[in-house]
Amino acid sequence: MVLVKVEEEKMHVSGGRKACVLFISRFLLFFSLQTFEKLLIANRGEIACRVIKTCKKMGIKTVAIHSDVDANAVHVKMADEAVCVGPAPTGKSYLNMDAIMEVIKKTRAQAVHPGYGFLSENKEFARRLASEGVTFIGPDTHAIQAMGDKIESKLLAKNAKVNTIPGFDGVFELLSNCSPLLGYPVMIKASAGGGGKGMRIAWDDEETREGFRFSSQEAASSFGDDRLLIEKFIDNPRHIEIQVLADKHGNALWLNERECSIQRRNQKVVEEAPSTFLDPETRRAMGEQAVALAKAVKYSSAGTVEFLVDSSKNFYFLEMNTRLQVEHPVTECITGLDLVQEMIRVAKGYPLRHKQADIPINGWAVECRVYAEDPYKSFGLPSIGKLSQYQEPLHVPSVRVDSGIQQGSDISIYYDPMISKLITYGSNRAEALKRMEEALDNYVIRGVAHNISLLREVIVHPRFVQGDISTKFLPEVYPDGFKGHKLTDLERRELLATAASLYVAEQLRSQRFLGTPRIPIAKSKRSSWELSVRLGDGNYPIAVSKDGSSFSVEVDGMKLNVTSEWNLASPLLSVTVDGTQRTIQRLSRNASGDTRIQFLGTVYKLQILTKVAAELSKYMPEKAAEDTSSILRSPMPGAVVAVSVKPGDTVSEGQEICVIEAMKMQNSMIAAKTGKVKAVHCKAGDTVGEGDLLVELE
Amino acid sequence: MFLALTLLLPIPVSNRKKNKRILSEKSYGKLTARERILLLLDPDSFDEYDMFVEHRCSDFGMDSNKNKYPGDSVVTGRGRINGRLAYVFSQRNVLCSGVVPQISLIMGPCAGGAVYSPALTDFTFMVKDTSYLFITGPDVVKSVTNEDVTQEQLGGAKTHTAVSGVAHRAFENDIDALLNLREFFNYLPLSNRDPAPVCECHDPSDRLVPELDTVVPVESTKAYDMLDIIHSIADEREFFEIMPSYARNIVVGFARMNGRTVGIVGNQPKVASGCLDINSSVKGARFVRFCDAFNIPLITFVDVPGFLPGTAQEYGGIIRHGAKLLFAFAEATVPKITIITRKAYGGAYDVMSSKHLRGDANYAWPTAEVAVMGAKGAVQIIFRGKEANAEAEYVDKFANPFPAAMRGFVDDIIQPSTTRMRICHDLDVLASKTQSSPWKKHANIPL
Repeated sequence: MVLVKVEEEKMHVSGGRKACVLFISRFLLFFSLQTFEKLLIANRGEIACRVIKTCKKMGIKTVAIHSDVDANAVHVKMADEAVCVGPAPTGKSYLNMDAIMEVIKKTRAQAVHPGYGFLSENKEFARRLASEGVTFIGPDTHAIQAMGDKIESKLLAKNAKVNTIPGFDGVFELLSNCSPLLGYPVMIKASAGGGGKGMRIAWDDEETREGFRFSSQEAASSFGDDRLLIEKFIDNPRHIEIQVLADKHGNALWLNERECSIQRRNQKVVEEAPSTFLDPETRRAMGEQAVALAKAVKYSSAGTVEFLVDSSKNFYFLEMNTRLQVEHPVTECITGLDLVQEMIRVAKGYPLRHKQADIPINGWAVECRVYAEDPYKSFGLPSIGKLSQYQEPLHVPSVRVDSGIQQGSDISIYYDPMISKLITYGSNRAEALKRMEEALDNYVIRGVAHNISLLREVIVHPRFVQGDISTKFLPEVYPDGFKGHKLTDLERRELLATAASLYVAEQLRSQRFLGTPRIPIAKSKRSSWELSVRLGDGNYPIAVSKDGSSFSVEVDGMKLNVTSEWNLASPLLSVTVDGTQRTIQRLSRNASGDTRIQFLGTVYKLQILTKVAAELSKYMPEKAAEDTSSILRSPMPGAVVAVSVKPGDTVSEGQEICVIEAMKMQNSMIAAKTGKVKAVHCKAGDTVGEGDLLVELE
Repeated sequence: MFLALTLLLPIPVSNRKKNKRILSEKSYGKLTARERILLLLDPDSFDEYDMFVEHRCSDFGMDSNKNKYPGDSVVTGRGRINGRLAYVFSQRNVLCSGVVPQISLIMGPCAGGAVYSPALTDFTFMVKDTSYLFITGPDVVKSVTNEDVTQEQLGGAKTHTAVSGVAHRAFENDIDALLNLREFFNYLPLSNRDPAPVCECHDPSDRLVPELDTVVPVESTKAYDMLDIIHSIADEREFFEIMPSYARNIVVGFARMNGRTVGIVGNQPKVASGCLDINSSVKGARFVRFCDAFNIPLITFVDVPGFLPGTAQEYGGIIRHGAKLLFAFAEATVPKITIITRKAYGGAYDVMSSKHLRGDANYAWPTAEVAVMGAKGAVQIIFRGKEANAEAEYVDKFANPFPAAMRGFVDDIIQPSTTRMRICHDLDVLASKTQSSPWKKHANIPL
């Protein structure tokens, strides 16, 4: 409706013959845009914001739902109306169908976009909407049901002549004798599962038993359905998925692939489109099978067919996601389509506007999922807190950031710890990756741990740059866990020179006072400084001399020239060391010389002291550090599911002590040494924060 | 400005490598007095006084030559910190109080009457694990009261920063303490006749702080961290907190706004709901008086549910101690800016730099509730539980900033994100504020 108005104003001046054009254009616009008056978004965070953006573009009024803790969330502010549907736990708010149906009635929303997760693949929800005459923006109940069940979907795929993985298609209940038939390794999956939850790999009988226990518990708590299936595990595959778009008139398109192989614990971290691995023939074969499957289930709306692709480009159907995917923006970037808009059109009953031949691959798009998590703990354990400072790198060209948070937002234990999706686009892959590097360096996130360091390392890793990736990329490249960027000698010198220059700039500023004091201030004529910087285990003597507005810094016998505007309040600092420009972030400093600098994505801790102070500091007493082997602290915020020990028990090294559930994943906490349990500080059902003491050993 | 650096710490001048007494100091993780001066003052700026003084003790063989050292006992003199003048001394007297800021740094044991020297200065800082302050040491305590107590328990840094409130902050070691002292020095004026220093500032004074719009939780019973607010409005998020471990229900400390030093006082909803009690009133009052004595503007963040009730507080004299904070704010003539973030109830509202105490600019956030007490408590007292809808009516009438704004008790209701901008603008305007009180020898604060 808004668009029609604008058109009218533009055309008005032209008069005469244009009046006819005006009439026709209004007529066309009316019919091409007429969809819904009001749409409810049954989701939160970035995806709710994403849907609202398209609704605004289409002139559709929006209704947001939120839990009580989300009352000030961005999606609530963006929507035309917002209604609280319950307290923080998702089961009582975003999954609370009764409350949501009530809101739909009250606000008279004509359609519901479910986003991803929550109720997006819930057939009961789709059914209830249908019975109320409300349009569900997504496929119909039949397709959701068929594809939501891993066992049923595999059978359907087989019938549609889609390549499938060998395995047991029936419900897997007893372990006896089924794994040997397939040979190890095997994959245990929750039949109702998705998003890596309830999924485990087993390499022998014992792991199968353990995996079965965990998966069924997770499946029960996440999906309320503990049925499992088992199939042969394709070792070292790529995860490539095809975006499909289908209408209610039997038309279906494939919108090319997304490469999603970079994963941790079966959850995607970096995605791109297109894939470096597919040739046009394989792409077409995969696309055609995906479309065949969509047609077989009379699919309408946007959906994704996931495939595992082995090194010989054999591909196997994994599952079909009957919703908008998290990583849909990369497809939008290379095809120019707005998938949410297409979904809304299809839901209203319009036929597709495009033919398969119209679907291009323009350039290259990369998406990094920026999470509030600590990448140094098994590639990412959730972190919670308040975003004390937050600034998206939107000043970098060709960057799209899909986020649902802002400075001051809380990342809570109740919801997914994703901060945003950072997408960069380029005419080719190299350009898109270069922009991603810049975007990651210019992204300011303070107050919670984040995975920028890991993302930046992945996108510059030679194997990733060459496209040599698989779903095992992270464990293969970092077999001992991710440890941050490893500085080369040159980079180390650059970092030291930058840190030393920052220190001197700060010292110089602290001697500059405005106004004229009664007792004159002694002006320092000092132009050179002798410093000692500690970085990791090394102590580096550094000489800094002021040279106009830049500094000449001597590190390891090499002279470097450091220039910057030295704006010490800005969260981003552009520093040029010997001609190389970099954006760094100084996260903190204190009077004792402790400084944290984010350099090449990784945060380095340095201590900068004058040479005199550094020499004297060796006389300072060493403070005894806490013995961490005899205490077990929670590595992340979450809920205690089970405690397996009690005071007085003897535990052996590696034995499970308790299980913590965070973000619906169960994590087993193990003893770091053999000993007697001295005290247990948690019990099942407790909510624990990061660093909370769980169990003490003697 | 006077800095009491070392107290009764005899350190010889001669080469430290050869000297046994220095080695024994080192084994305790301490620096010598001269090394301390080297770290504290700008290079080559120290002019020493009384270098040739020796002790005059003749008992117990102390007059023998091997027990005599030139420059014994204490090191005193004058130097510069970031170009500004500072005097380093060991003991000074009361007359300087309120004339020049005085800071004590306790870097070793300090006992008996000597403890009154730091006690009389404006700020006392300690070094963890190596410094002690007590009137009588553990041995005397044992012989008189038969109480077993260690030096650390009796008068260590932890005791004095968290329990007694004698010390204002503790640092990890000598170096850490001296470097922090240099930084702290930059906040303070040289004397009561000098304005607080204005530093070069890179942080825009009109910076909006969007997170403040959501910092106060929707439920009025839920806590939040007042330090989040203070950090977000201060220049470069820097805040030098005074007494961070003592009476944590009130936060006091120094920050800069557009380069200008300010003293910040805030109730801390995270601790004991931010109520005022004896300890927090005394902590706040002393800080306010320091700022007023040395021309440092005061910024007060109010979220106070009231004075803590109960016999412990009343018997302890909360009336007398609470009056100190009231007195301190009322007598202060420096610029006073107050922001009510949420609760401002009853007498505690009045005490917290309200308009009634000559506040220059008093603002309320939209979440402010200026009332005699909370809705629940008020309804219980007024209606004795007989009126069902009274609570909602009370909330409607009083749990918002409008009644106070209509009476002129707050000057404006402001968008929280504009708080930094408003404060910086007001400080510019108030920089030339002069206010005088009637002549008196000195006021009689209810000590």
